[in-house]
Amino acid sequence: MEVVLQNLTKIFPSRNKNGSEVVAVNNFDFTIPDGKLIGLLGPSGCGKSTTLYMLSGLQKPTSGKIFFGSDDVTELTPENRGVGLVFQNYALYPHMTVKQNILFPLQNLKGEDKLSKEEMIKRAYDVAALVQIDDLMDRKPSELSGGQQQRVAIARALVKMPRILLLDEPLSNLDARLRLQTREEIKRIQRETLITTVFVTHDQEEAMSISDYIVVMKKGVVQQIGAPQDVYDSPINLFVAKFLGTPPINVFEGEVKDGALYIGEEKVLDTPNVENKKVFVGIRPEGFILDPNGPLSCNLNNIEVMGRDVSIVSSNTASVNPIVRSIVDADNKIAEGTEKVFFSIKPNKIFIFDHETEERIML
Amino acid sequence: MVESKQQWKAWVYLSPALILLLVFTVWPIFNTVRMSLLNGYRGLAAAGGQTFEFGFQNFVKVVQYRQFKDCLVTTLLLCVITVPVSSFLALLIAVCLNSIKPLRRLLQTIFFLPYVTNTIAIGMVFAAMFNIVGNIAGGDPNSTASSIATFGIVNNVIQLFGGKPINWINAGSTYWHNMFVVIFYIVWNALPFKILILLGGLQSVNKQYYEAAKVDGTSRTRVFFRITVPLLSPMIAYVVITGFIGGFKEYSSVVGILGEDMAATGSETPLNTMVGFIYDALENNNQGRASAAALILFGIILLVTLLNLYVSKKKVHY
Repeated sequence: MEVVLQNLTKIFPSRNKNGSEVVAVNNFDFTIPDGKLIGLLGPSGCGKSTTLYMLSGLQKPTSGKIFFGSDDVTELTPENRGVGLVFQNYALYPHMTVKQNILFPLQNLKGEDKLSKEEMIKRAYDVAALVQIDDLMDRKPSELSGGQQQRVAIARALVKMPRILLLDEPLSNLDARLRLQTREEIKRIQRETLITTVFVTHDQEEAMSISDYIVVMKKGVVQQIGAPQDVYDSPINLFVAKFLGTPPINVFEGEVKDGALYIGEEKVLDTPNVENKKVFVGIRPEGFILDPNGPLSCNLNNIEVMGRDVSIVSSNTASVNPIVRSIVDADNKIAEGTEKVFFSIKPNKIFIFDHETEERIML
Repeated sequence: MVESKQQWKAWVYLSPALILLLVFTVWPIFNTVRMSLLNGYRGLAAAGGQTFEFGFQNFVKVVQYRQFKDCLVTTLLLCVITVPVSSFLALLIAVCLNSIKPLRRLLQTIFFLPYVTNTIAIGMVFAAMFNIVGNIAGGDPNSTASSIATFGIVNNVIQLFGGKPINWINAGSTYWHNMFVVIFYIVWNALPFKILILLGGLQSVNKQYYEAAKVDGTSRTRVFFRITVPLLSPMIAYVVITGFIGGFKEYSSVVGILGEDMAATGSETPLNTMVGFIYDALENNNQGRASAAALILFGIILLVTLLNLYVSKKKVHY
């Protein structure tokens, strides 16, 4: 099911008379292709959960429209939209067994959709097998681990065969190991069912690793939409560049002067098409190459060995952050007692942004 | 030896409460058991130096009283009718209160008012409300013609809708009419505490259960019976159990409405309760009989509470 968001806006009125209203989502325009997994990504308070709740129908947009396929669902109540929603803390009914939880949405069906008992049980067991919890059907939620509860919640959302599946911070309640496992699991379930899925996360790694598309949001405004690798390789502004990637991108104060980019006094790049101005320079950690003749010099602080790679922690007076972190191949040896390191920079890993607007300046 | 020193201190800190408990709770319980087991025990006679034989005569006598059986039946009826009715009403009101936003605090306060008002005073107001003639003492008890002036609001309303005034509690009224008023009163009086408990429970229920149910298209009645009631089951069990205990101890409500005799003037069948029976025995200076009745009441309450707990173990979730 293709999902179209048209100028979707949500404004929360202020609580007191003098307070200002909050624009949670501002003019969201996006078409989610059929059968894809979409990650809504952004820091807390950016409007990603509000967008999800508007898709589910639990919250009404202030303006704009939502289409599922060709149906305008903007005015429809949640139950009439055919969405499956998985809550951040799962919201499994604690007094029901796993089986009863999964059966619950089916028992709500009325009229011609009504299923016979055997059909319900069959569908429940089918979906339980899909998420691999069919051996836990008679347990109560309190007797399950976090990961198992998560699966039950997904099964409950999937059992009524929703047109789209919505996941609110699906991994935030799991520990690190389970998180890795579960995110693969979500990807697998999505691939097997081919249900258009939207999930919300503030963890960029999570979003990048499983999404077909990511939507980066900030303060209610969509910053950039695209395939994870594309967004990473070509961030549209400084915010997106900083938000994606671990370790984060290194940002320097820089200046374009006479067709060249300077960091501090050092000329690091030829920029013949850019007019003279102050800029921010972003360099991905993997964009540095140790090179004795390289243009950028930094004071070496520390070297962290990580096996495959070496992380060089250094400092530069023009750097916005206190440290500059670069990741180079472990084959690079740095002699003990070295004080200054020199880098050359991979041209596709360096981005410059306008100092005022923080928008990307294409080279 | 720091530990034993602190233990000593702990006992000192506990002593005010312990002494009060010993004097006003433990000793009376012990004394009740003692008095109930002395055949025909009477306090005054005991003070005069008379001794009593040890035995179960008090219990046998109590059970043999016709009055006792009537009291037991009345009390049981009150419990069996008022507890479910008031619990269910309280649940409905709590759910409604929880689902509205404007004026919730005001309504909460209004619903809570009966709880902080004196039982006897309210009972008398109820008596006035259910009155039939302009003069409580006088009037012809057998004449219920609509021409008789009445200031009881209930009968006024009945008349307004063209009905005949009913003799609820005045001289010559029947046991069942009395019973109706008392039940009406007890239910109303029991509501605030139950609403408070259930509303507190409702407000601590995670809203996401309701959102999840909404997304799944659950009907309102189904949400109520499949989600709200099970999630509230611990509170409901509490309300029912304390309701039964309170019901068995019902006394002041009847006194407030029907007066100290716990019966309408001239009525052959008083609406006496178990506690009323105990008071009567005390008034007759028959402490042995009163103690035996009190212990029987205690046994009944214990039995019913155990039964309640047994049922709720099966029905109350988590």
